[in-house]
Amino acid sequence: MSVTADTNAPVLTAAADTPSRRSPLAFIDKFRNPAIALIFPVAVLVIWHFTTYGRKFSLIPPPSEVAIELYDLAFGGIYDDAFSGTLLTHLLASLSRVYGGFAIALAIALPLGLMIGRIPFVRQLLDPTLQVMRPIPVTAWLPLAMIIFGLGPRSAVFLVALGAFYPILINTIFGVRSVDPRLFEAASMLGCQGTAQFFKVVLPASLPAIFTGLRLGLGFAWVVIVVGEMTGVQTGLGAIIMEARQLSRTEIVISGMIVIGIAGFISDWLVKMLGQRLLRWSPGYA
Amino acid sequence: MRDPNMLPILDLKGVSKQFELQSQRIEALRDANLQVRKGEFICLIGASGCGKSTLLRIVAGFEPTSAGQALMWGMPVQGPAPDRGMVFQDYGLFPWLTVRGNIGFGPSSRGRPAAEVRDTVERFIDLVGLQRFADAYPHQLSGGMKQRVAIARVLANDAEIVLMDEPFGALDAMTRERLQDELLDIWQRTGLTVLFVTHSIEEAIFLADRVVVMSPGPGRIESEMKIELPRPRDVMSADFNAIRRELSEKLHSHHGRKAA
Repeated sequence: MSVTADTNAPVLTAAADTPSRRSPLAFIDKFRNPAIALIFPVAVLVIWHFTTYGRKFSLIPPPSEVAIELYDLAFGGIYDDAFSGTLLTHLLASLSRVYGGFAIALAIALPLGLMIGRIPFVRQLLDPTLQVMRPIPVTAWLPLAMIIFGLGPRSAVFLVALGAFYPILINTIFGVRSVDPRLFEAASMLGCQGTAQFFKVVLPASLPAIFTGLRLGLGFAWVVIVVGEMTGVQTGLGAIIMEARQLSRTEIVISGMIVIGIAGFISDWLVKMLGQRLLRWSPGYA
Repeated sequence: MRDPNMLPILDLKGVSKQFELQSQRIEALRDANLQVRKGEFICLIGASGCGKSTLLRIVAGFEPTSAGQALMWGMPVQGPAPDRGMVFQDYGLFPWLTVRGNIGFGPSSRGRPAAEVRDTVERFIDLVGLQRFADAYPHQLSGGMKQRVAIARVLANDAEIVLMDEPFGALDAMTRERLQDELLDIWQRTGLTVLFVTHSIEEAIFLADRVVVMSPGPGRIESEMKIELPRPRDVMSADFNAIRRELSEKLHSHHGRKAA
């Protein structure tokens, strides 16, 4: 049965597609959007270069120096200082904290959100408290996190989890509460009642909203990681940024920023791809 | 009542329904009595607010009655169940399931073995002619196809009565006519019982064995009309038009009475 699934679907969508896909301009079209997207960063690079290059006392290094530093950070062999060739270690440390914190947030926020959305008593019990705690910025938790979890990676993971927690929770609650009531009627007249509806209706119906929460949560996890790694850890992209700042190695600071940007972008892209696979049925996601 | 076969499949006894809407009491349905025999095709017709949808939702078990009883094979209706399948105007399909998944939802929810579910699904996909779209998701289907899935879904789940709440109301005229034909065809082949809500006089006469005329304020059953035209019915014929006029006058006289 599943063999025909893949042959049938394109037939359907092909009808909806515009015939312009076959036009000779398609080749140019394919490269047009990336080209437009590149105009702005290239312009920034050019301006950055001409405002910093060759100036002895510039506090901001020119792009070429950052590029060399980024290479040295990744592979070593140029400066051979304490930072050379350490990028992978720092990246892996940050990755493990981002995904570790994210996983903890997911493990708590998802079931909690499902329960708050579906069970009035749990909503009355927890929702007011959670709403009051929500506006407290993650940075404000930093001192308390260091007291509770001590100096080290545990504080960083806690802060990342905290940052990812609310987007996942809020979107899960929203998803669960906005399930079309018609679907409950449909399920119950077809013989799916009570708790079975939770898994056969509530969960799949709220999956698009949950996925939006996951993307936002993972994004926040990357935002928080630098703050999290200010808590006295030795490794991590946040840690080298803070250390380089103290040594006035601005080119390392910028290199760290670039790596966080790229890593965050790739991780978001992966979640997006996963979402598009799992949510092929949703017109908003496909 | 000597013959057990004469027991009506559905028996509404003095069914009333009141709603509380913004601290106002709305009488949606007052003292509705209706008997439906197995295999009958009944159309409920009337202006909006006449309680025809409320009546259907009570039979479906989505709403409790305020007074009176809805009896299915003599047993009081207590909540929704697969013997009464509902086809909604807005389809109510599960968007995350394919056509196959939607049709198989009922049987598999009720714990039928997978092989049996597969067979049932294929049979009803054939019945509604959706073989080519069996693995499509609802958002990829046209309105007419979605409604075919919704019909197949309740039939695959052994519904004895199919409750249809203006099922073709959102479709274009051509699709609507095709689906009316297909529905009649399925009804004749399967011996279903159909309770069909519509506001179209023509649709009611074209489909029904019996048209139940309802009127608003409070919602109530006014009268009944047997349609004895042989099928397939020709909407252009003189007989059809005579019935159309008669039914139209009935509907309007009820409205006139309300205004007086």
